[in-house]
Amino acid sequence: MSGQDSDYWRANVRIILICLAIWAVASFGLGIVLRPALEGIMIGGADLGFWFAQQGSIYVFLVLIFVYAWLMNGLDRKYGVDE
Amino acid sequence: MDQFTLNLVFVGITFAIYVGIAIWARAGSTAEFYAAGRGVHPVLNGMATGADWMSAASFISMAGIIALAPAGGYTQSAFLMGWTGGYVLLALLLAPYLRKFGKFTVPEFIGDRFYSGGARLLAVICLIVISITYVIGQMRGVGVTFGRFLEVSTDTGLYIGAAIVFAYAVFGGMKGITYTQVAQYVVLIIAYTIPAIFISLALTGSFLPQLGLIGDYAPGGGDQTFLAKLDQVVTELGFTAYTADTPNMLNMFLFTMSLMIGTAGLPHVIIRFFTVPKVADARTSAGWALVFIALLYTVAPAVGSMARLNLTTTMWPNAVAGNALDGDAISLEAIQTDPKLNWVKTWEQTGLLVMQDLNGDGLIQYYNDKNPEMQALAAERGWQGNEVTKIDNDIMVLANPEIAALPSWVIALVAAGALAAALSTAAGLLLAISSAISHDLIKGSINPNISEKGELLAARISMTGAILIATWLGLNPPGFAAQVVALAFGLAAATIFPALMMGIFSKRVNKEGAIAGMLVGLIFTAVYIFLYKGWFFIPGTATFEDVPANYLFGISPLSIGTVGAVLNFAVAFGVSAVTRTPPREVVELVESIRVPRGAGAATGH
Repeated sequence: MSGQDSDYWRANVRIILICLAIWAVASFGLGIVLRPALEGIMIGGADLGFWFAQQGSIYVFLVLIFVYAWLMNGLDRKYGVDE
Repeated sequence: MDQFTLNLVFVGITFAIYVGIAIWARAGSTAEFYAAGRGVHPVLNGMATGADWMSAASFISMAGIIALAPAGGYTQSAFLMGWTGGYVLLALLLAPYLRKFGKFTVPEFIGDRFYSGGARLLAVICLIVISITYVIGQMRGVGVTFGRFLEVSTDTGLYIGAAIVFAYAVFGGMKGITYTQVAQYVVLIIAYTIPAIFISLALTGSFLPQLGLIGDYAPGGGDQTFLAKLDQVVTELGFTAYTADTPNMLNMFLFTMSLMIGTAGLPHVIIRFFTVPKVADARTSAGWALVFIALLYTVAPAVGSMARLNLTTTMWPNAVAGNALDGDAISLEAIQTDPKLNWVKTWEQTGLLVMQDLNGDGLIQYYNDKNPEMQALAAERGWQGNEVTKIDNDIMVLANPEIAALPSWVIALVAAGALAAALSTAAGLLLAISSAISHDLIKGSINPNISEKGELLAARISMTGAILIATWLGLNPPGFAAQVVALAFGLAAATIFPALMMGIFSKRVNKEGAIAGMLVGLIFTAVYIFLYKGWFFIPGTATFEDVPANYLFGISPLSIGTVGAVLNFAVAFGVSAVTRTPPREVVELVESIRVPRGAGAATGH
């Protein structure tokens, strides 16, 4: 792997790790583990944990994939590895 | 036109569309048969993935599984997060790199990356076990839907469904399947959302069910939120509150994780991303897939919870504006005479809803007779047990058009939607099975010199064989239909997902490590499931009773895939560390799939 390509890969892995951290916080964090601690914070008629478990996490997932795709398109161009 | 004729017309029209697409999209080469010629637009591939993914279970059963869960609807959120969160893993960790690899099947990648025919064969075995167990449920779903809406026997329905799949899968391969799935997605999403919108309008005044779920309860005057109303009504009758917290957080965590990594490891989903033209398309296509899936998955909890409240207030009319128990339960006479309650009669006839006037007072008392407080109240009031003796999960979706008093064409649309959901998933699974047989077994090991024409014929024969086997299994389901989900997701999570991920993200994991890891993941997960669900699912052979008290650290067999995956990773890294490094050309392969440049060239096979 050329130096250029391994820089590209390191940048990619960094973006993946940040995205996965958000993925885990939205679902496992807010939706499951932190729910009892956040009792009382409401989103409309649902408590925050319930809303993230049945609605919010899915919206976060959606935004994450498109943001990742957008960031990677930029990275592909920057390193000249796009098609 | 009566309901039956209307159902027939709607199902007939949709089937004609599917067959029309099949004639238009015949596959002329193996690249078209396995990967639709890699020319599918990422948005269309997303739509096809949505239909591929959302099965009869997602369409008919999931809302009810959530709404009627004995421990409350929140505890089943694992299905919602798990079956959508897996797409993040697909988009970030697998799809773009496997698209760059540029071949046709999941076992092919595992065989090339781990330079081993044995690893490829092991992956084929996992793929076939996962896909076969999964396809049985779909074939049953086709038969049951036919039986319910078109007044034919389940078996006849199954034959008709198999014939339709045969028409477009054998001739069109992935190309035919892709474009029929796009049509099937449109049918199923319209069928699912129309009743949901009307029910949400009636109960919360909100056009969007997603907002209705967190909105105010309109029939009560709007000073109470919908979820608070639902909690109030069900707890009054002795049931667990809908939003009650989970009694076992560790298990919910592991179950969600199993479903996520299992989703990302399902071969029939992964191969959908081989059909797009470029690596960048594989990333966005996963996003589009989730858009189309989220349309149903964010509506499902609203559909389920609203149907549950509708059912409960039907049984206790006083609950609409006040407390259920301040008034009388619904009378048998009202069910027979009130036209608004026609749906209760309809669904009683199908056996999905069963009522019995146990104490002979002419009223149907619906409550939780396992709750000690309710037992005391029942003794006081002369009730002799819960008189709604059965509420099938499926009724939470299937009865909605009638509950909302929608015109009969909506009911016909729901029938067509349920069939679309089952057929599209069945076709995707059958393609994964047949390509593993013709490409991995026949071309990969039995006859590597087979010609392009010969392989295409082999693929068609494998597809025919897979349809025949799936039909036979649908007609004679081994008694484990309900456990299928545990096995399919558990194995995908514990075998295929870790192998693929290590193949991409590590240059160090070698043949010995990957094979040892997959074997440990496979055996550990299967044995843990068999211990509680019966050995090879033969009834009566379970070693332990399937109750939480017996589980290792409280982890249910449904959630064990996560543990299997962790063991797979640990064993693979451990064994690789003490055996020799992968050869140079394999390291070069890993380096090449990490960079998008040149995916078009890689498709030349």
